[in-house]
Amino acid sequence: MNQRNPAISKGIDWSLVWIYLLLVGFGLTAIFAVTYKEGDAVLQSFLKFKTDYSKQFYFFAVAIVLAFFILLTDSKFFSATANLWYVAGIFMLLLVFPFHSRVKGTESIIRFEGFQFQPAEFCKICVALALAKFLSRQETNFSRTRSQLIATGIVLLPALLTVLQSETGLALVYCAFFIVMYREGLPSIILIIASAVVALVIATIVVEPNTLAVILTFIAASAIYILRRLVKRRRGILVTIIFLWFICVGIQRFAVPFIFKHVMPKHQVERIFDLFGKDNPYKKTVDTDESIIKKKESGSSYNVKQSKIAIGSGRIRGKGLLKGTQTRNDFVPEQRTDFIFCTVGEGFGFAGSIVLLGIYLILLFRIVTLAERQRSTFSRCYAYGVAAVFFFHIVINVAMTVGLAPVIGIPLPFISYGGTSLLTFTILLFILIRLDADRQMVLR
Amino acid sequence: MPVFNQSRSRIILIIFLVAFIIIIAQLFYLQVISVKYQRLADENAILRTTIYPPRGLVFDRNKKAILNNTLTYDLMVTPSQVKGIDTNFFCRLMDIDSAEFRERIISAIIKNKSFRPSVFEASLELQKYARIQENLWRFQNGFYIQERPIRSYPYNCAANIVGYIGEVDSNYLKKHTREGYQSGDYAGMTGIESTYEKALMGERGTHVLIKDNFNRIKGPYENGAMDKEAVAGDNLYTSLDIELQQEGEKLMNNKVGAIVAIDPKTGGILAMVSAPAYSPSYLTGSKRRKHYSELYKDPRLPLLNRTVSAYYPPGSTFKTLQALVALHEGVITPQTTFSCSGAFYGCGKPMKCLDPGVFQLQGAITHSCNTYFANVMQRVINNRQFPNMDSSLSSWAHYMNAFGLGHKLGVDLPSEKSGLIPTPKTYNKIYGNKHWNFCTFRSLSIGQGEVLTTPLQVANEMAYLANKGWFITPHLVDSIGGGDKFGLLERFKEKHIPLEIPDSIFEFVHNGMQGVMESGTGRGSKVPGIVVCGKTGTAENYFRGQAQKDHSFFAAFAPRKNPKIAIMVICENAGFGATWAAPIASLMIEKYLNDTIAANRKPLEERMTKTSLIPALMQKQMETVDSLQRVKEAETLLKNYLQNIKDTLQSDDNLTEDEIKAIKTKKTNPPKENPAKQPPQKDIVVPGKQKNASLNKKDSLKR
Repeated sequence: MNQRNPAISKGIDWSLVWIYLLLVGFGLTAIFAVTYKEGDAVLQSFLKFKTDYSKQFYFFAVAIVLAFFILLTDSKFFSATANLWYVAGIFMLLLVFPFHSRVKGTESIIRFEGFQFQPAEFCKICVALALAKFLSRQETNFSRTRSQLIATGIVLLPALLTVLQSETGLALVYCAFFIVMYREGLPSIILIIASAVVALVIATIVVEPNTLAVILTFIAASAIYILRRLVKRRRGILVTIIFLWFICVGIQRFAVPFIFKHVMPKHQVERIFDLFGKDNPYKKTVDTDESIIKKKESGSSYNVKQSKIAIGSGRIRGKGLLKGTQTRNDFVPEQRTDFIFCTVGEGFGFAGSIVLLGIYLILLFRIVTLAERQRSTFSRCYAYGVAAVFFFHIVINVAMTVGLAPVIGIPLPFISYGGTSLLTFTILLFILIRLDADRQMVLR
Repeated sequence: MPVFNQSRSRIILIIFLVAFIIIIAQLFYLQVISVKYQRLADENAILRTTIYPPRGLVFDRNKKAILNNTLTYDLMVTPSQVKGIDTNFFCRLMDIDSAEFRERIISAIIKNKSFRPSVFEASLELQKYARIQENLWRFQNGFYIQERPIRSYPYNCAANIVGYIGEVDSNYLKKHTREGYQSGDYAGMTGIESTYEKALMGERGTHVLIKDNFNRIKGPYENGAMDKEAVAGDNLYTSLDIELQQEGEKLMNNKVGAIVAIDPKTGGILAMVSAPAYSPSYLTGSKRRKHYSELYKDPRLPLLNRTVSAYYPPGSTFKTLQALVALHEGVITPQTTFSCSGAFYGCGKPMKCLDPGVFQLQGAITHSCNTYFANVMQRVINNRQFPNMDSSLSSWAHYMNAFGLGHKLGVDLPSEKSGLIPTPKTYNKIYGNKHWNFCTFRSLSIGQGEVLTTPLQVANEMAYLANKGWFITPHLVDSIGGGDKFGLLERFKEKHIPLEIPDSIFEFVHNGMQGVMESGTGRGSKVPGIVVCGKTGTAENYFRGQAQKDHSFFAAFAPRKNPKIAIMVICENAGFGATWAAPIASLMIEKYLNDTIAANRKPLEERMTKTSLIPALMQKQMETVDSLQRVKEAETLLKNYLQNIKDTLQSDDNLTEDEIKAIKTKKTNPPKENPAKQPPQKDIVVPGKQKNASLNKKDSLKR
């Protein structure tokens, strides 16, 4: 169809389209492998919209239509309406509160006439557009702290609303937008400080508190010793080092325990400690029988263990499609959605996993390449936004299934089952393709 | 338009790459290096089930099934799944109280942990089975009924021969590694079931199944490509004549002793009765443990297969062999004459004899003259061909061994005993080097003294005489349905011709034995129309130095021309051989050769069946197994049981202190029986067994 209509196909980056189709095909196969049961009438289930793979197929069909419409629109439309999108996105997030489903674990979903919709997923597009719009404004000078704070605010507002809907995982995705800001000139020091804090928090979890305090003190002392010449000349350095030491110990001894104890929900703390194979030392109450049973039933460590077993048992070549004993027999919970990577790992083995991750990596590199060839800042920022969101989803999701990241429920782009996520990622990607097709144009 | 910070795109790409590399490294570890997850996955999802083939059947010589398979139903419980059931109702169905219910659940947990199924009640009675089956849906998941094939015995006899199957224990598993047994399996423990276990068990199959996260079976793994089908056990065709066996058990009713009948031409055992007999079905079914302990405690030792595991002195039946030896050695001729004035005076102290007179060989056998055979033995031992008594006694012992005495014959039953034929070594041990002479063991000549035989050996000796110089190792199984894959029957094809003794010598002995039945000690037990060659025996015996009533023996073969049956009967402490053993043997011979007992002999059959000849000693013991002793036994059993529980608890800590106490205070379990174990033979005293010390106190009065 595109060939017959040169106006649409002109300038489109076909490699991205092919990668997109490949990934969705991969995803449909994986969902089929999980949910197909022997003896299912495949054709009938497609017609009756019953099984998950047929539903996903229809979502895909809808996504293709949407993608087509996006390609038909004018690039200026997106830059022009970016702020409107943002407002609409925030509005939808707020709409969740009166209309959300009361079922636990699905508080972020709006149900409407049998359809379900998760604004938190969709809002990523809005933020990507709005952030791009803000950064590309003529009057924005991103080297100024004020602009940096505004940009941060744009990103964190929907994240906050998402946290309030108990979707911490989806909220964390918004952190990915800092990559965009970094590209546009956010000082490197912020990145360094952020990673230092993360390292300190991890150290707090892994190392015994007193030992860690001693280690920190030792580091500070040796820093002073090494820099003693400089320190003699400038007292400020000594003060800085002592100040940093003070902050670090403060975080380690008081801030982290306080957050774990009083701020974060218990199950999330559990997940983080599970990841490092530790018991949560900050339990507020003594375990009652009920809570122990609950933990056994819903324990994320069980999920991760089963997920690792499934992936590990795939060995190098995998067991083959529909032959995975673990994924086919429901040992891994949530395997259609968040743990879909297990199916790939078990069915297609290390080889298959490498292929899938390779495709993803090509996708990310391609998007960055595209971003860098844009003439307009808006397109570039948007492209980086897309890359950042994809990156975060892919890495956290896969790392979670192989036991490298805490279990936060975020889908694997184009592969996980779920209409909203497939549509969201499709829109994200195709807006980028549309913008890229008009890369000679300067958008504001 | 200037592009700021372009170098940062490279940093971003590096961040992307590093994250992916970390993930790939972890994948590499999980999928390529570590093998743990493969195993865990198999444990998760793959279930190997063993498919048990039906055990082989056993047929008698007329192709009648004497050992069959039927089904029984066990009620199984998975303790962790027993939730929210109406325990009262359940207990009413099962005829137990709630304390018993609790106790059984606890012992199931101790035995098998709570999430594995264990037997709640084995071999449900039919009515209980029906009641439970109807209401099983109320107790779903926690309880289910499992079919289990068990053995059935259509003729309800030959318990000691066919044996029984029992659950294998750890010792058995250790002994039979790599034969595919696992704990909980059943295997033959005694009798044919044990000897032919390999053929009977068949080949176990395995089904590899897939299960899901709730342990539900989802179907075969890889469409059954890894399954192995079970192969049914082979049937055994035995030489037993089951009706003869029944007749023998009937005749031995209320007696203690044994009958062995052999087909001399084939070595096939026709009947093998160990009395008292018990019903083989006694050791299957729900009351198995109780019955086992009953049998185990019975002073008459019904679990002992007397035909192969009990020792008796051969008594006068031994004289036939002495005649053979002497004739073959040429120390006597059939015309050699000795006179008996009432005792043998060759060794100072006289050895008494009941029938004074002057005898040639034939007469001596016919009238069982002790003096004659003492003289014969004296000549054999003092034979001038041998330089000394050592070598002459060795030569004599060599003869006896050749006749199949003093060593295991190799019958296809477990726990066969070897018997004893004394050699110079034996006497050197007892009396010191050279401190013995013929007079020391003159009673050997009449089958008393140190010599010990099993009934099977004596019957085989008769087969040897009947065949005039050869025998085939006695055996029960003639052929195996699927062929003899394990070479179990090889040794039953060989004809043993131990010595070259001319037929004429046998004829002399046969003459004497025929005389026994016509004019001698056995004349009261003639079988009309059949020429029987027999020999009675009456063996003195002692229990702890105390003389007991004599054992009654009779050994025979028939007919004289073309013999078809060789038989040995012994009734412990019954008296003269001619009074009890001979008539029983004659009835057995008649039954086998004529298929039925003649009408005029029915009263004799009935008299034999009805007479009770339980040895006095055993009678007394049976009475003294009184309540006091039972209490004592119960105490030791309880002690063992508690120890058992403690041992189990150390490995499996599932019980609270209170629950253990509850078991302690209320423990009425039946004794823990160990089916793999034979009755402990070293502890029992076979009344027929003579103590060496008492040998020469008194020489015997023989008929």
